[in-house]
Amino acid sequence: MRAPLFLLALAVAAPLTAQTALPPAPYANQQLADPVQERKAHELMLTIRCVTCQSQSIADSDASMAADLRSEIRARIAAGEEPEQIRAWLIERYGAWISYQPTADPITWPLWAAPIALLAGGGALVIGRIRRKRRNA
Amino acid sequence: MIAELGLAALWLAAGLALLQLVLAALGLGKGRAELLSGVRPVAVAQGLLGALSFGALIALFLRSDMSVLLVAMNSHSAKPWLYKFAGAWGNHEGSMLLWVTVMGLAGALVALLERGLKRETHMATLGAQAAISLGFYAFLLFSSNPFARLNPAAPDGQGLNPLLQDPGLAFHPPTLYFGYVGLSVAFSFAVGALLTARVDAAFARAMRPWVLGAWVLLTIGITAGSYWAYYELGWGGWWFWDPVENASLMPWLAATALLHCVTVLATRDALRAWTVMLAVVAFSMSMVGTFLVRSGILTSVHAFAVDPERGSFILVLLLLYIGGALALFGLRVGTVREGRQFEGVSREALLVVNNLLLTVILGVVLVGTLYPLMAEAFGHKISVGPPYFNAVAGPIALVLMLAMAVGPLVRWRRDEPGVVAGRLLWPAGLMIGLGAALGVAAWGKIGVLPFLGLVVAAGVALASLIPLTKRNLRRTPLFTYGMVLAHLGCAVSLGGMAAESAFTTERLVAMKPGESVEAAGWRIRFDRALPLAGPNWVAMQADMAASRGGEDIMLHPQSRFFSSPPTTTSESAILTRWDGQLYVVLGEALDDGRWQMRIWWKPFVTFIWFGGLMIAAGGTLTLIGRERRGWMMRLRRHRAEQSA
Repeated sequence: MRAPLFLLALAVAAPLTAQTALPPAPYANQQLADPVQERKAHELMLTIRCVTCQSQSIADSDASMAADLRSEIRARIAAGEEPEQIRAWLIERYGAWISYQPTADPITWPLWAAPIALLAGGGALVIGRIRRKRRNA
Repeated sequence: MIAELGLAALWLAAGLALLQLVLAALGLGKGRAELLSGVRPVAVAQGLLGALSFGALIALFLRSDMSVLLVAMNSHSAKPWLYKFAGAWGNHEGSMLLWVTVMGLAGALVALLERGLKRETHMATLGAQAAISLGFYAFLLFSSNPFARLNPAAPDGQGLNPLLQDPGLAFHPPTLYFGYVGLSVAFSFAVGALLTARVDAAFARAMRPWVLGAWVLLTIGITAGSYWAYYELGWGGWWFWDPVENASLMPWLAATALLHCVTVLATRDALRAWTVMLAVVAFSMSMVGTFLVRSGILTSVHAFAVDPERGSFILVLLLLYIGGALALFGLRVGTVREGRQFEGVSREALLVVNNLLLTVILGVVLVGTLYPLMAEAFGHKISVGPPYFNAVAGPIALVLMLAMAVGPLVRWRRDEPGVVAGRLLWPAGLMIGLGAALGVAAWGKIGVLPFLGLVVAAGVALASLIPLTKRNLRRTPLFTYGMVLAHLGCAVSLGGMAAESAFTTERLVAMKPGESVEAAGWRIRFDRALPLAGPNWVAMQADMAASRGGEDIMLHPQSRFFSSPPTTTSESAILTRWDGQLYVVLGEALDDGRWQMRIWWKPFVTFIWFGGLMIAAGGTLTLIGRERRGWMMRLRRHRAEQSA
């Protein structure tokens, strides 16, 4: 019983390996030799969206698009480019959507203002209430 | 037959929910008290009929009845029975049916068990509960009938999403749903108290077990979901700030705030209006969460249901409930008298700080989650992800943790700042010491947030134990132990998150059979890769051996292929040690006979979920402690009555 199962497994698995045997991009799953550069690259990857996946960064996706971008980023970092230059290049090519890190574009200002406004509003409410109580007391 | 029975039971339950609402409304509104006596039996019957309906759906899935559309779409006769069973709620219709069933059963429990509330408030609560259920019944019956037939029947089903074929995930959604339902009950209590102008300590005591129970379940659900994502997605991430994760985090944040607030109301009779407001917010967040998940409006790993019609239906329900609740709050908040006073340095004041910070984090998560949608409406396509949430919510959460360390050490009503500072001497000393040591050892090697996380976690862990010192431990109430355990759990979890972020080692390698690789003190040898067949999948499995000085431990990461529907998943091999986990993933085969491997050593990563379980266990202890006190008092009263 076991041998046919193995054959079946091989038969079904074979197209899988064929499909994934395309030459992978050189740095897709290979780290840079210099740990400082690799860390830079990895930190950038964590903030770049995999556009063919759903809500995953390219640092944690199996998609081929993510692999290509990982390779591209590692190659550019190795060539001495700064992470923010690469981000700018990616945004130019794919649109602002690709960056999880909100840019300085005015459209994102309310996003940064929201926590400040919430803290200030809530804090004012609490302080006002404690003051009122003191007066009452 | 079973499908028709289930549908009939569902219609009957919906009819009874309507009756329950009408009886409560007429009884209270027109002063016809005789009608009110019918509310409780109707609530119980409604719960039982809902359960019958859900039971019918489970029977259909277990029998693999392919003449039912839902079964044919989401199940397969070759699946293990556990996933046939769990398949009943692993889809849109089934999960909504589970939701109303649990809601009905919760209503039945409120009808049967609640004794401390005034009768009018109790009845108004049941009426509100019926009104919420009605919306869900309408949603099920008019746009998501789980019992629709398929004619002719399918020869076999299309199978369940393989990512969901995992014991952990089979029980993850129901846990969250039970939590959401608990928040809906809390909301009903708030509506009942507002309608009958009885926002007081008795109301808080009636609501508290539901809030606590919901919070415990949400905690377990989020913890389990995080661990599932960690081992199933195969990249070692445990939190992605994915919209669906945020959808479960937001109700949890609101429930955490509500839980602390309701305790203040129950024991000190303060913060009345704010407690009611938070109950409204907590329920709204669970509705928003359901809307985000069920409508598939946000692209996300979890968006299994993409259907705009259903989305609009839930949106209308959402607006009706939240709008109605806020309107009611606005109209009736005038009847809520101001509770008792407290000073600026008091436990109440620190709980207000807790509530403020939790609410701000909640607001940040809500804005961040919805912002891409709003921006898209203005023609901009942007992403808001981990860099934003970590940078904004992280620091606020750290301040919140510090407040959590201080809170239990401050007296109710008023305390002396100098005395409080004295109690904090040891934790503060530990934080300074650890901060200095870490700063010298790892400056520039770890990020600011993980650094602060480690320091705060240590201080909070120590401070959380102080409430147990200088008192008789055998006479300390159970709920104090619960609080200490939950707070300690927060510190443990934070410590795990910070350690993982700061010290993880990553190795991406291509290996030939027989080769070895070193990672963070581990030596990992790759022996061979072989095909393997399971009940409904085939896989490539690697035989690997890992050792850290001692003997070899075998590891077997797999790359699995499911045929129905066709999907590949990676089953990571995880080796757990007290000080972390070794996480190994088998990647693709290369042309030259080498295999891609992803290897991580994640120090103390298990603390994240262990802390989550401690928080849930602490909540459970508190729930038991509080309820037992109520039972004891009732029992004593009962005995006194009998002997008199």
